[in-house]
Amino acid sequence: MPTFLQEARLKRQNWFDILFRGITRLSAFAVLALLASIIGSLIIGSQPSIEAFGTHFLFSSEWNPVTDKFGAVVPIVGTLVTAGIALLIGIPVSFGIALFLTELSPRWMRRPFGIAIELLAGIPSIIYGMWGLFVFAPFFADNIEPWINHHIGTQPVIGPFFSGPPMGIGVLTAGIILAIMVIPFIASVMRDVFEVVPTMLKESAYGLGSTTWEVMWNVVLPYTKIGVVGGIMLGLGRALGETMAVTFVIGNSHDLSKSLLMPGNSISAALANEFNEAVGELYISSLIELGLILFFITFVVLSLARYLLFKLSQREGT
Amino acid sequence: MLTLYTRRRLINAITLSISVLAMLFGLFWLGWILLTLLVHGLPGLSLTLFTQMTPPPGSDGGLLNAIVGSLLMTLLGTLIGTPIGILAGTYLAEFGQRGWLAPVTRFINDVLLSAPSIVIGLFIYEVYVTKVRHFSGWAGALALSILVIPVVIRTTENMLRLVPNTLREAAASLGAPQWKVINFVTLRAAKAGIITGVLLAVARISGETAPLLFTALNNQFWNSNMNTPMSNLPVIIFEYAMSPYDDWQQLAWAASLLITFSVLALNIVARVLFRQSATTH
Repeated sequence: MPTFLQEARLKRQNWFDILFRGITRLSAFAVLALLASIIGSLIIGSQPSIEAFGTHFLFSSEWNPVTDKFGAVVPIVGTLVTAGIALLIGIPVSFGIALFLTELSPRWMRRPFGIAIELLAGIPSIIYGMWGLFVFAPFFADNIEPWINHHIGTQPVIGPFFSGPPMGIGVLTAGIILAIMVIPFIASVMRDVFEVVPTMLKESAYGLGSTTWEVMWNVVLPYTKIGVVGGIMLGLGRALGETMAVTFVIGNSHDLSKSLLMPGNSISAALANEFNEAVGELYISSLIELGLILFFITFVVLSLARYLLFKLSQREGT
Repeated sequence: MLTLYTRRRLINAITLSISVLAMLFGLFWLGWILLTLLVHGLPGLSLTLFTQMTPPPGSDGGLLNAIVGSLLMTLLGTLIGTPIGILAGTYLAEFGQRGWLAPVTRFINDVLLSAPSIVIGLFIYEVYVTKVRHFSGWAGALALSILVIPVVIRTTENMLRLVPNTLREAAASLGAPQWKVINFVTLRAAKAGIITGVLLAVARISGETAPLLFTALNNQFWNSNMNTPMSNLPVIIFEYAMSPYDDWQQLAWAASLLITFSVLALNIVARVLFRQSATTH
Protein backbone atom coordinates (compact mmCIF):
# COMPACT_ATOMS: atom_id res chain seq x y z
CA MET A 1 0.00 0.00 0.00
CA PRO A 2 1.39 3.44 -0.87
CA THR A 3 2.50 5.42 2.16
CA PHE A 4 0.19 8.37 1.53
CA LEU A 5 -2.83 6.04 1.73
CA GLN A 6 -1.55 4.53 4.92
CA GLU A 7 -1.09 7.94 6.42
CA ALA A 8 -4.58 9.00 5.43
CA ARG A 9 -5.90 5.87 7.09
CA LEU A 10 -3.99 6.51 10.28
CA LYS A 11 -5.27 10.02 10.33
CA ARG A 12 -8.84 8.85 9.90
CA GLN A 13 -8.49 6.37 12.77
CA ASN A 14 -7.04 9.14 14.85
CA TRP A 15 -10.12 11.22 14.15
CA PHE A 16 -12.36 8.34 15.16
CA ASP A 17 -10.42 8.04 18.40
CA ILE A 18 -10.89 11.69 19.21
CA LEU A 19 -14.57 11.52 18.26
CA PHE A 20 -15.23 8.44 20.38
CA ARG A 21 -13.39 9.88 23.32
CA GLY A 22 -15.36 13.09 22.95
CA ILE A 23 -18.71 11.28 22.93
CA THR A 24 -17.94 9.28 26.08
CA ARG A 25 -16.61 12.43 27.74
CA LEU A 26 -19.79 14.27 26.84
CA SER A 27 -21.89 11.49 28.39
CA ALA A 28 -19.90 11.64 31.61
CA PHE A 29 -20.37 15.39 31.57
CA ALA A 30 -24.11 14.89 31.08
CA VAL A 31 -24.28 13.34 34.56
CA LEU A 32 -22.86 16.51 36.09
CA ALA A 33 -25.16 18.64 33.98
CA LEU A 34 -28.07 16.50 35.17
CA LEU A 35 -27.30 17.14 38.81
CA ALA A 36 -26.81 20.84 38.19
CA SER A 37 -30.11 21.11 36.34
CA ILE A 38 -31.99 19.16 39.04
CA ILE A 39 -30.76 21.56 41.69
CA GLY A 40 -31.24 24.58 39.43
CA SER A 41 -34.79 23.70 38.42
CA LEU A 42 -35.82 23.03 42.02
CA ILE A 43 -34.39 26.36 43.14
CA ILE A 44 -36.15 28.21 40.32
CA GLY A 45 -39.39 26.34 41.02
CA SER A 46 -39.33 27.20 44.70
CA GLN A 47 -38.50 30.87 44.12
CA PRO A 48 -42.01 32.23 44.86
CA SER A 49 -42.12 30.36 48.15
CA ILE A 50 -38.59 31.38 49.11
CA GLU A 51 -39.49 35.00 48.42
CA ALA A 52 -42.75 34.80 50.32
CA PHE A 53 -41.58 32.97 53.43
CA GLY A 54 -37.80 33.21 53.51
CA THR A 55 -36.21 31.21 56.31
CA HIS A 56 -39.51 31.32 58.17
CA PHE A 57 -40.50 28.36 55.95
CA LEU A 58 -38.07 26.16 57.82
CA PHE A 59 -39.41 27.03 61.27
CA SER A 60 -43.14 27.28 60.78
CA SER A 61 -45.40 24.32 61.34
CA GLU A 62 -48.39 25.93 59.69
CA TRP A 63 -49.58 24.28 56.49
CA ASN A 64 -52.71 25.92 55.27
CA PRO A 65 -53.52 25.96 51.55
CA VAL A 66 -56.63 28.07 52.19
CA THR A 67 -54.76 31.04 53.63
CA ASP A 68 -51.65 30.32 51.55
CA LYS A 69 -49.43 29.95 54.63
CA PHE A 70 -46.84 27.20 54.44
CA GLY A 71 -44.15 25.92 56.76
CA ALA A 72 -41.99 22.84 56.51
CA VAL A 73 -41.53 21.79 60.12
CA VAL A 74 -44.06 18.93 60.21
CA PRO A 75 -42.84 17.15 57.06
CA ILE A 76 -39.17 17.70 57.95
CA VAL A 77 -39.66 16.34 61.45
CA GLY A 78 -41.69 13.43 60.06
CA THR A 79 -38.97 12.59 57.55
CA LEU A 80 -36.22 12.69 60.17
CA VAL A 81 -38.18 10.78 62.81
CA THR A 82 -39.30 7.96 60.49
CA ALA A 83 -35.77 7.61 59.13
CA GLY A 84 -34.45 7.61 62.71
CA ILE A 85 -36.81 4.81 63.76
CA ALA A 86 -35.82 2.89 60.64
CA LEU A 87 -32.14 3.11 61.55
CA LEU A 88 -32.74 2.24 65.20
CA ILE A 89 -34.33 -1.04 64.16
CA GLY A 90 -32.39 -1.53 60.96
CA ILE A 91 -28.81 -1.22 62.19
CA PRO A 92 -28.76 -4.06 64.76
CA VAL A 93 -30.75 -6.37 62.49
CA SER A 94 -28.49 -5.64 59.53
CA PHE A 95 -25.43 -6.26 61.65
CA GLY A 96 -26.89 -9.60 62.72
CA ILE A 97 -27.64 -10.55 59.14
CA ALA A 98 -24.17 -9.54 57.94
CA LEU A 99 -22.59 -11.49 60.80
CA PHE A 100 -24.67 -14.51 59.93
CA LEU A 101 -23.80 -14.30 56.23
CA THR A 102 -20.06 -13.84 56.71
CA GLU A 103 -19.28 -16.00 59.73
CA LEU A 104 -22.05 -18.39 60.66
CA SER A 105 -23.84 -19.62 57.60
CA PRO A 106 -22.54 -22.76 55.91
CA ARG A 107 -20.87 -21.85 52.64
CA TRP A 108 -23.52 -23.37 50.39
CA MET A 109 -26.28 -21.47 52.13
CA ARG A 110 -24.66 -18.05 51.82
CA ARG A 111 -25.73 -17.43 48.27
CA PRO A 112 -29.42 -18.28 48.61
CA PHE A 113 -29.67 -16.33 51.87
CA GLY A 114 -27.82 -13.39 50.37
CA ILE A 115 -30.14 -13.38 47.36
CA ALA A 116 -33.21 -13.61 49.62
CA ILE A 117 -32.10 -10.51 51.51
CA GLU A 118 -31.36 -8.72 48.25
CA LEU A 119 -34.82 -9.63 46.96
CA LEU A 120 -36.22 -7.77 49.94
CA ALA A 121 -34.57 -4.71 48.40
CA GLY A 122 -36.01 -5.59 44.99
CA ILE A 123 -39.65 -5.44 46.06
CA PRO A 124 -41.03 -2.12 44.74
CA SER A 125 -41.79 0.40 47.44
CA ILE A 126 -45.44 0.70 46.47
CA ILE A 127 -45.87 -2.97 47.37
CA TYR A 128 -44.50 -2.24 50.85
CA GLY A 129 -47.01 0.57 51.04
CA MET A 130 -49.97 -1.53 50.05
CA TRP A 131 -48.96 -4.40 52.29
CA GLY A 132 -48.37 -1.92 55.09
CA LEU A 133 -51.80 -0.33 54.71
CA PHE A 134 -53.88 -3.48 54.31
CA VAL A 135 -51.97 -6.09 56.28
CA PHE A 136 -49.38 -4.66 58.61
CA ALA A 137 -51.24 -1.58 59.91
CA PRO A 138 -54.37 -3.52 60.99
CA PHE A 139 -52.19 -6.20 62.58
CA PHE A 140 -50.15 -3.54 64.34
CA ALA A 141 -53.29 -1.77 65.57
CA ASP A 142 -54.89 -4.94 66.92
CA ASN A 143 -51.90 -6.67 68.46
CA ILE A 144 -48.97 -4.40 69.10
CA GLU A 145 -50.26 -0.89 69.71
CA PRO A 146 -52.57 -1.76 72.63
CA TRP A 147 -49.58 -3.43 74.27
CA ILE A 148 -47.36 -0.41 73.61
CA ASN A 149 -50.04 1.89 74.98
CA HIS A 150 -50.46 -0.23 78.06
CA HIS A 151 -46.84 -0.91 78.89
CA ILE A 152 -44.68 1.85 77.43
CA GLY A 153 -47.28 4.59 77.18
CA THR A 154 -47.74 4.66 80.94
CA GLN A 155 -44.05 5.10 81.72
CA PRO A 156 -42.80 8.51 82.80
CA VAL A 157 -40.75 10.63 80.38
CA ILE A 158 -41.04 8.36 77.31
CA GLY A 159 -44.74 7.66 77.88
CA PRO A 160 -46.17 10.57 75.86
CA PHE A 161 -44.26 9.41 72.81
CA PHE A 162 -45.95 6.04 72.89
CA SER A 163 -49.53 6.74 73.76
CA GLY A 164 -52.38 7.40 71.44
CA PRO A 165 -55.31 5.71 69.78
CA PRO A 166 -54.28 2.38 68.20
CA MET A 167 -55.04 3.30 64.59
CA GLY A 168 -52.33 1.30 62.91
CA ILE A 169 -51.26 4.13 60.63
CA GLY A 170 -48.84 6.67 62.00
CA VAL A 171 -45.21 7.65 62.32
CA LEU A 172 -44.13 4.48 64.14
CA THR A 173 -45.68 2.17 61.53
CA ALA A 174 -43.99 4.13 58.75
CA GLY A 175 -40.67 3.87 60.59
CA ILE A 176 -40.97 0.11 61.02
CA ILE A 177 -41.79 -0.43 57.36
CA LEU A 178 -38.87 1.80 56.39
CA ALA A 179 -36.66 -0.33 58.63
CA ILE A 180 -37.61 -3.45 56.67
CA MET A 181 -36.82 -1.59 53.46
CA VAL A 182 -33.37 -0.33 54.49
CA ILE A 183 -32.20 -3.58 56.13
CA PRO A 184 -31.13 -5.15 52.82
CA PHE A 185 -29.13 -2.05 51.83
CA ILE A 186 -27.27 -1.75 55.12
CA ALA A 187 -26.80 -5.52 55.46
CA SER A 188 -25.32 -5.93 52.01
CA VAL A 189 -22.83 -3.08 52.51
CA MET A 190 -21.88 -4.51 55.91
CA ARG A 191 -21.42 -7.97 54.42
CA ASP A 192 -19.26 -6.58 51.63
CA VAL A 193 -17.00 -4.63 53.98
CA PHE A 194 -16.76 -7.54 56.43
CA GLU A 195 -15.53 -9.70 53.58
CA VAL A 196 -12.57 -7.42 52.88
CA VAL A 197 -11.11 -8.03 56.33
CA PRO A 198 -7.92 -10.03 55.74
CA THR A 199 -8.40 -13.66 56.72
CA MET A 200 -5.00 -13.57 58.38
CA LEU A 201 -6.24 -10.98 60.86
CA LYS A 202 -9.31 -12.98 61.78
CA GLU A 203 -7.43 -16.24 62.04
CA SER A 204 -4.81 -14.71 64.28
CA ALA A 205 -7.59 -13.69 66.66
CA TYR A 206 -9.16 -17.14 66.46
CA GLY A 207 -5.74 -18.63 67.07
CA LEU A 208 -5.43 -16.63 70.28
CA GLY A 209 -8.63 -18.31 71.43
CA SER A 210 -11.23 -15.66 70.65
CA THR A 211 -14.83 -16.66 70.21
CA THR A 212 -16.64 -15.82 66.96
CA TRP A 213 -18.37 -12.89 68.66
CA GLU A 214 -15.10 -11.51 70.02
CA VAL A 215 -13.49 -11.71 66.59
CA MET A 216 -16.48 -9.90 65.15
CA TRP A 217 -16.72 -7.21 67.83
CA ASN A 218 -13.04 -6.60 68.56
CA VAL A 219 -11.37 -7.29 65.24
CA VAL A 220 -13.73 -7.13 62.27
CA LEU A 221 -15.88 -4.21 63.42
CA PRO A 222 -13.01 -1.86 64.35
CA TYR A 223 -11.28 -2.72 61.09
CA THR A 224 -14.35 -1.91 58.99
CA LYS A 225 -15.78 0.87 61.16
CA ILE A 226 -15.70 3.51 58.44
CA GLY A 227 -17.35 1.24 55.90
CA VAL A 228 -20.06 0.22 58.34
CA VAL A 229 -20.88 3.87 59.03
CA GLY A 230 -20.87 4.48 55.27
CA GLY A 231 -23.38 1.66 54.81
CA ILE A 232 -25.58 3.08 57.55
CA MET A 233 -25.51 6.50 55.90
CA LEU A 234 -26.48 4.86 52.61
CA GLY A 235 -29.46 3.27 54.35
CA LEU A 236 -30.32 6.61 55.91
CA GLY A 237 -30.27 8.23 52.48
CA ARG A 238 -32.72 5.61 51.26
CA ALA A 239 -34.98 5.98 54.26
CA LEU A 240 -35.12 9.76 53.94
CA GLY A 241 -36.18 9.74 50.32
CA GLU A 242 -38.53 6.77 50.37
CA THR A 243 -41.91 7.83 49.09
CA MET A 244 -44.65 5.37 48.33
CA ALA A 245 -44.34 3.07 51.34
CA VAL A 246 -44.47 6.03 53.69
CA THR A 247 -47.31 7.73 51.83
CA PHE A 248 -49.60 4.76 52.43
CA VAL A 249 -49.09 4.41 56.15
CA ILE A 250 -48.03 7.73 57.66
CA GLY A 251 -51.52 9.21 57.71
CA ASN A 252 -50.76 12.48 55.95
CA SER A 253 -51.65 14.86 58.75
CA HIS A 254 -50.11 18.30 59.04
CA ASP A 255 -50.49 18.46 62.81
CA LEU A 256 -47.38 18.20 64.89
CA SER A 257 -47.89 15.49 67.47
CA LYS A 258 -45.63 14.24 70.19
CA SER A 259 -46.88 10.68 69.97
CA LEU A 260 -45.32 8.29 67.49
CA LEU A 261 -48.62 6.47 67.23
CA MET A 262 -50.34 9.51 65.73
CA PRO A 263 -50.45 10.22 62.01
CA GLY A 264 -47.83 12.59 60.73
CA ASN A 265 -46.31 13.54 57.42
CA SER A 266 -43.03 13.32 55.60
CA ILE A 267 -41.64 15.44 52.79
CA SER A 268 -41.99 12.73 50.19
CA ALA A 269 -45.48 11.75 51.36
CA ALA A 270 -46.64 15.37 51.27
CA LEU A 271 -45.35 15.65 47.71
CA ALA A 272 -46.95 12.42 46.56
CA ASN A 273 -50.30 13.24 48.14
CA GLU A 274 -50.67 16.91 47.43
CA PHE A 275 -48.66 17.90 44.39
CA ASN A 276 -51.20 16.94 41.73
CA GLU A 277 -54.05 18.55 43.63
CA ALA A 278 -52.18 21.71 44.54
CA VAL A 279 -53.60 24.89 43.06
CA GLY A 280 -52.01 28.29 43.17
CA GLU A 281 -48.43 29.28 42.52
CA LEU A 282 -47.46 29.55 46.17
CA TYR A 283 -48.81 26.12 47.11
CA ILE A 284 -46.98 24.41 44.24
CA SER A 285 -43.76 26.26 44.85
CA SER A 286 -43.89 25.47 48.58
CA LEU A 287 -44.11 21.79 47.68
CA ILE A 288 -41.18 22.18 45.30
CA GLU A 289 -39.22 23.86 48.08
CA LEU A 290 -39.97 20.80 50.23
CA GLY A 291 -38.50 18.70 47.43
CA LEU A 292 -35.44 20.94 47.38
CA ILE A 293 -34.97 20.50 51.14
CA LEU A 294 -35.31 16.74 50.79
CA PHE A 295 -32.80 16.67 47.97
CA PHE A 296 -30.39 18.78 49.97
CA ILE A 297 -30.62 16.55 53.07
CA THR A 298 -30.20 13.31 51.12
CA PHE A 299 -27.39 14.83 49.08
CA VAL A 300 -25.43 15.66 52.22
CA VAL A 301 -26.08 12.25 53.80
CA LEU A 302 -25.22 10.31 50.66
CA SER A 303 -22.08 12.35 50.02
CA LEU A 304 -20.92 11.57 53.52
CA ALA A 305 -21.69 7.88 52.97
CA ARG A 306 -19.71 7.77 49.75
CA TYR A 307 -16.84 9.66 51.30
CA LEU A 308 -16.58 7.20 54.19
CA LEU A 309 -16.79 4.16 51.91
CA PHE A 310 -14.16 5.74 49.68
CA LYS A 311 -11.86 6.25 52.68
CA LEU A 312 -12.20 2.58 53.56
CA SER A 313 -11.43 1.42 50.03
CA GLN A 314 -8.33 3.63 50.02
CA ARG A 315 -7.01 1.99 53.16
CA GLU A 316 -7.58 -1.40 51.60
CA GLY A 317 -4.75 -0.76 49.17
CA THR A 318 -2.14 -0.15 51.85
CA MET B 1 -20.15 -16.60 89.76
CA LEU B 2 -19.37 -17.70 86.27
CA THR B 3 -15.81 -18.31 85.30
CA LEU B 4 -14.39 -16.06 82.62
CA TYR B 5 -14.40 -18.87 80.12
CA THR B 6 -18.06 -19.82 80.55
CA ARG B 7 -19.06 -16.19 80.47
CA ARG B 8 -17.30 -15.68 77.16
CA ARG B 9 -18.87 -18.83 75.77
CA LEU B 10 -22.26 -17.65 76.97
CA ILE B 11 -21.95 -14.20 75.41
CA ASN B 12 -20.85 -15.83 72.20
CA ALA B 13 -23.81 -18.22 72.17
CA ILE B 14 -26.29 -15.44 72.93
CA THR B 15 -25.02 -13.01 70.30
CA LEU B 16 -24.78 -15.69 67.65
CA SER B 17 -28.35 -16.79 68.35
CA ILE B 18 -29.43 -13.18 68.00
CA SER B 19 -27.65 -13.08 64.66
CA VAL B 20 -29.60 -16.13 63.47
CA LEU B 21 -32.77 -14.46 64.70
CA ALA B 22 -31.90 -11.32 62.73
CA MET B 23 -31.57 -13.42 59.59
CA LEU B 24 -34.92 -15.07 60.28
CA PHE B 25 -36.39 -11.61 60.96
CA GLY B 26 -35.34 -10.52 57.47
CA LEU B 27 -36.66 -13.66 55.80
CA PHE B 28 -39.88 -13.41 57.82
CA TRP B 29 -40.87 -10.10 56.18
CA LEU B 30 -40.00 -11.35 52.73
CA GLY B 31 -42.16 -14.40 53.33
CA TRP B 32 -45.01 -12.41 54.80
CA ILE B 33 -45.11 -9.90 51.95
CA LEU B 34 -44.90 -12.52 49.21
CA LEU B 35 -47.55 -14.64 50.93
CA THR B 36 -49.88 -11.65 51.23
CA LEU B 37 -49.44 -10.90 47.54
CA LEU B 38 -50.25 -14.50 46.61
CA VAL B 39 -53.27 -14.70 48.89
CA HIS B 40 -54.81 -11.41 47.77
CA GLY B 41 -53.50 -11.32 44.22
CA LEU B 42 -54.08 -14.85 42.92
CA PRO B 43 -57.91 -14.67 43.04
CA GLY B 44 -57.69 -11.60 40.83
CA LEU B 45 -55.48 -13.20 38.21
CA SER B 46 -57.43 -14.11 35.10
CA LEU B 47 -57.25 -13.75 31.38
CA THR B 48 -59.40 -10.62 31.39
CA LEU B 49 -56.59 -8.88 33.26
CA PHE B 50 -54.59 -8.93 30.05
CA THR B 51 -57.42 -8.33 27.58
CA GLN B 52 -59.55 -5.56 29.07
CA MET B 53 -59.11 -1.94 30.02
CA THR B 54 -59.21 -0.57 33.55
CA PRO B 55 -62.88 -0.35 34.52
CA PRO B 56 -64.96 2.30 36.21
CA PRO B 57 -65.78 1.20 39.77
CA GLY B 58 -68.41 -1.49 39.98
CA SER B 59 -67.85 -3.17 36.63
CA ASP B 60 -65.49 -5.80 35.30
CA GLY B 61 -62.26 -4.97 33.69
CA GLY B 62 -58.59 -5.69 33.38
CA LEU B 63 -55.29 -3.91 33.32
CA LEU B 64 -54.39 -4.06 29.64
CA ASN B 65 -53.84 -0.33 29.18
CA ALA B 66 -51.79 -0.10 32.37
CA ILE B 67 -49.63 -3.09 31.43
CA VAL B 68 -48.97 -1.73 27.96
CA GLY B 69 -48.29 1.75 29.31
CA SER B 70 -45.84 0.42 31.87
CA LEU B 71 -44.04 -1.70 29.30
CA LEU B 72 -43.85 1.17 26.84
CA MET B 73 -42.48 3.68 29.34
CA THR B 74 -40.04 1.20 30.86
CA LEU B 75 -38.81 0.27 27.40
CA LEU B 76 -38.36 3.88 26.30
CA GLY B 77 -36.81 4.90 29.60
CA THR B 78 -34.30 2.07 29.23
CA LEU B 79 -33.62 2.93 25.58
CA ILE B 80 -32.92 6.56 26.44
CA GLY B 81 -30.89 5.91 29.56
CA THR B 82 -28.79 2.89 28.56
CA PRO B 83 -26.62 4.42 25.79
CA ILE B 84 -25.76 7.45 27.92
CA GLY B 85 -25.00 5.16 30.85
CA ILE B 86 -22.79 2.82 28.86
CA LEU B 87 -20.87 5.67 27.21
CA ALA B 88 -20.31 7.50 30.49
CA GLY B 89 -19.33 4.25 32.20
CA THR B 90 -16.87 3.60 29.39
CA TYR B 91 -15.36 7.02 29.90
CA LEU B 92 -14.92 6.39 33.63
CA ALA B 93 -13.28 3.01 33.11
CA GLU B 94 -11.21 3.63 29.98
CA PHE B 95 -10.34 7.33 29.91
CA GLY B 96 -10.84 8.27 33.53
CA GLN B 97 -7.30 7.82 34.83
CA ARG B 98 -6.44 11.48 34.60
CA GLY B 99 -8.24 14.77 35.12
CA TRP B 100 -11.01 15.93 37.40
CA LEU B 101 -14.02 14.87 35.36
CA ALA B 102 -13.92 11.15 36.15
CA PRO B 103 -13.66 11.27 39.95
CA VAL B 104 -16.28 14.01 40.17
CA THR B 105 -18.64 12.16 37.85
CA ARG B 106 -18.15 8.94 39.79
CA PHE B 107 -19.02 10.69 43.02
CA ILE B 108 -22.07 12.51 41.64
CA ASN B 109 -23.24 9.32 40.00
CA ASP B 110 -23.06 7.45 43.28
CA VAL B 111 -25.16 10.15 44.88
CA LEU B 112 -27.70 10.10 42.05
CA LEU B 113 -27.88 6.32 42.38
CA SER B 114 -29.79 6.64 45.62
CA ALA B 115 -31.31 10.10 45.21
CA PRO B 116 -35.02 10.19 46.09
CA SER B 117 -36.95 9.25 42.98
CA ILE B 118 -39.79 11.63 43.79
CA VAL B 119 -37.38 14.54 43.34
CA ILE B 120 -36.58 13.23 39.86
CA GLY B 121 -40.32 13.36 39.16
CA LEU B 122 -40.43 16.96 40.36
CA PHE B 123 -37.47 17.80 38.15
CA ILE B 124 -39.10 16.42 34.99
CA TYR B 125 -42.33 18.18 35.99
CA GLU B 126 -40.44 21.47 36.22
CA VAL B 127 -38.39 21.20 33.04
CA TYR B 128 -40.76 19.28 30.78
CA VAL B 129 -44.36 19.07 31.96
CA THR B 130 -44.74 22.76 32.77
CA LYS B 131 -43.17 23.70 29.42
CA VAL B 132 -45.44 21.55 27.24
CA ARG B 133 -48.34 22.14 29.66
CA HIS B 134 -49.62 18.58 29.88
CA PHE B 135 -48.69 15.28 31.48
CA SER B 136 -47.44 12.69 29.03
CA GLY B 137 -45.96 9.26 28.55
CA TRP B 138 -42.80 10.91 27.28
CA ALA B 139 -42.34 12.75 30.54
CA GLY B 140 -42.72 9.44 32.40
CA ALA B 141 -40.17 7.76 30.16
CA LEU B 142 -37.74 10.64 30.66
CA ALA B 143 -38.07 10.46 34.44
CA LEU B 144 -37.43 6.71 34.33
CA SER B 145 -34.42 7.16 32.06
CA ILE B 146 -32.83 9.42 34.68
CA LEU B 147 -33.12 6.54 37.13
CA VAL B 148 -31.59 4.12 34.62
CA ILE B 149 -28.46 6.16 33.90
CA PRO B 150 -26.67 5.87 37.30
CA VAL B 151 -27.31 2.12 37.58
CA VAL B 152 -25.92 1.45 34.11
CA ILE B 153 -22.92 3.74 34.60
CA ARG B 154 -22.01 1.98 37.82
CA THR B 155 -22.20 -1.56 36.46
CA THR B 156 -20.57 -0.68 33.13
CA GLU B 157 -17.59 0.85 34.88
CA ASN B 158 -17.24 -2.06 37.31
CA MET B 159 -17.51 -4.64 34.55
CA LEU B 160 -15.02 -2.90 32.28
CA ARG B 161 -12.55 -2.78 35.13
CA LEU B 162 -12.75 -6.56 35.42
CA VAL B 163 -11.51 -6.96 31.83
CA PRO B 164 -7.81 -7.85 32.04
CA ASN B 165 -5.43 -5.20 30.72
CA THR B 166 -3.54 -7.78 28.69
CA LEU B 167 -6.57 -8.01 26.42
CA ARG B 168 -6.42 -4.27 25.70
CA GLU B 169 -2.66 -4.41 25.19
CA ALA B 170 -2.92 -7.38 22.84
CA ALA B 171 -5.45 -5.54 20.68
CA ALA B 172 -3.42 -2.33 20.74
CA SER B 173 -0.23 -4.13 19.78
CA LEU B 174 -1.97 -5.48 16.67
CA GLY B 175 -2.39 -1.87 15.66
CA ALA B 176 -6.03 -1.38 16.55
CA PRO B 177 -6.95 2.22 17.34
CA GLN B 178 -8.38 2.86 20.78
CA TRP B 179 -12.01 3.17 19.70
CA LYS B 180 -11.77 -0.22 18.06
CA VAL B 181 -10.10 -1.74 21.12
CA ILE B 182 -12.90 -0.50 23.35
CA ASN B 183 -15.81 -1.24 21.05
CA PHE B 184 -14.73 -4.60 19.72
CA VAL B 185 -12.65 -6.00 22.56
CA THR B 186 -13.26 -4.61 26.02
CA LEU B 187 -16.97 -3.79 25.75
CA ARG B 188 -17.53 -7.17 24.15
CA ALA B 189 -15.68 -8.96 26.92
CA ALA B 190 -17.80 -7.16 29.50
CA LYS B 191 -21.06 -7.69 27.62
CA ALA B 192 -22.75 -10.11 30.05
CA GLY B 193 -22.00 -7.89 33.02
CA ILE B 194 -23.32 -4.81 31.27
CA ILE B 195 -26.52 -6.62 30.30
CA THR B 196 -26.90 -7.60 33.95
CA GLY B 197 -26.69 -3.94 34.86
CA VAL B 198 -29.35 -3.01 32.32
CA LEU B 199 -31.64 -5.76 33.62
CA LEU B 200 -31.19 -4.53 37.18
CA ALA B 201 -32.02 -1.02 36.00
CA VAL B 202 -35.17 -2.30 34.28
CA ALA B 203 -36.11 -4.12 37.47
CA ARG B 204 -35.66 -0.95 39.44
CA ILE B 205 -37.72 1.33 37.20
CA SER B 206 -40.56 -1.07 36.51
CA GLY B 207 -41.76 -0.75 40.08
CA GLU B 208 -41.13 2.97 40.47
CA THR B 209 -44.23 4.98 41.26
CA ALA B 210 -43.08 8.29 42.66
CA PRO B 211 -41.46 9.71 39.49
CA LEU B 212 -44.52 8.82 37.41
CA LEU B 213 -47.04 10.60 39.62
CA PHE B 214 -46.21 14.06 38.30
CA THR B 215 -45.15 13.05 34.82
CA ALA B 216 -47.18 10.29 33.18
CA LEU B 217 -50.09 10.66 35.61
CA ASN B 218 -52.73 8.11 34.68
CA ASN B 219 -55.29 7.32 32.06
CA GLN B 220 -58.47 5.27 32.28
CA PHE B 221 -58.49 4.43 28.60
CA TRP B 222 -56.50 2.67 25.94
CA ASN B 223 -53.73 4.87 24.79
CA SER B 224 -50.62 4.34 22.76
CA ASN B 225 -49.93 8.02 22.18
CA MET B 226 -46.87 8.92 24.21
CA ASN B 227 -47.82 12.58 24.12
CA THR B 228 -50.84 12.21 26.37
CA PRO B 229 -51.19 11.10 30.00
CA MET B 230 -50.46 7.42 30.15
CA SER B 231 -51.75 4.64 32.31
CA ASN B 232 -49.20 2.52 34.17
CA LEU B 233 -49.29 -0.25 36.74
CA PRO B 234 -47.64 1.47 39.73
CA VAL B 235 -49.87 4.55 39.63
CA ILE B 236 -52.93 2.33 39.06
CA ILE B 237 -51.95 0.39 42.19
CA PHE B 238 -51.61 3.64 44.13
CA GLU B 239 -54.98 5.01 43.02
CA TYR B 240 -56.93 1.77 43.23
CA ALA B 241 -55.50 0.72 46.58
CA MET B 242 -56.44 4.08 48.08
CA SER B 243 -59.95 3.88 46.61
CA PRO B 244 -62.91 2.64 48.63
CA TYR B 245 -64.14 0.20 45.95
CA ASP B 246 -63.58 -3.51 46.52
CA ASP B 247 -63.19 -4.41 42.86
CA TRP B 248 -60.59 -1.68 42.36
CA GLN B 249 -58.65 -2.92 45.37
CA GLN B 250 -58.80 -6.44 43.96
CA LEU B 251 -57.30 -5.14 40.70
CA ALA B 252 -54.61 -3.34 42.70
CA TRP B 253 -53.65 -6.60 44.40
CA ALA B 254 -53.50 -8.42 41.08
CA ALA B 255 -51.34 -5.63 39.64
CA SER B 256 -49.06 -5.79 42.69
CA LEU B 257 -48.64 -9.52 42.25
CA LEU B 258 -47.78 -9.07 38.57
CA ILE B 259 -45.28 -6.30 39.21
CA THR B 260 -43.55 -7.87 42.20
CA PHE B 261 -43.04 -11.24 40.60
CA SER B 262 -41.79 -9.77 37.34
CA VAL B 263 -39.35 -7.54 39.22
CA LEU B 264 -38.11 -10.41 41.37
CA ALA B 265 -37.81 -12.66 38.31
CA LEU B 266 -35.75 -9.97 36.55
CA ASN B 267 -33.52 -9.69 39.61
CA ILE B 268 -32.92 -13.43 39.71
CA VAL B 269 -32.33 -13.71 35.95
CA ALA B 270 -29.81 -10.87 36.13
CA ARG B 271 -27.93 -12.57 38.94
CA VAL B 272 -27.91 -15.99 37.29
CA LEU B 273 -26.74 -14.45 34.02
CA PHE B 274 -23.96 -12.61 35.79
CA ARG B 275 -22.87 -15.69 37.65
CA GLN B 276 -22.69 -17.73 34.45
CA SER B 277 -20.56 -15.12 32.75
CA ALA B 278 -18.33 -14.87 35.80
CA THR B 279 -17.66 -18.60 35.82
CA THR B 280 -16.90 -18.85 32.10
CA HIS B 281 -14.21 -16.17 32.27
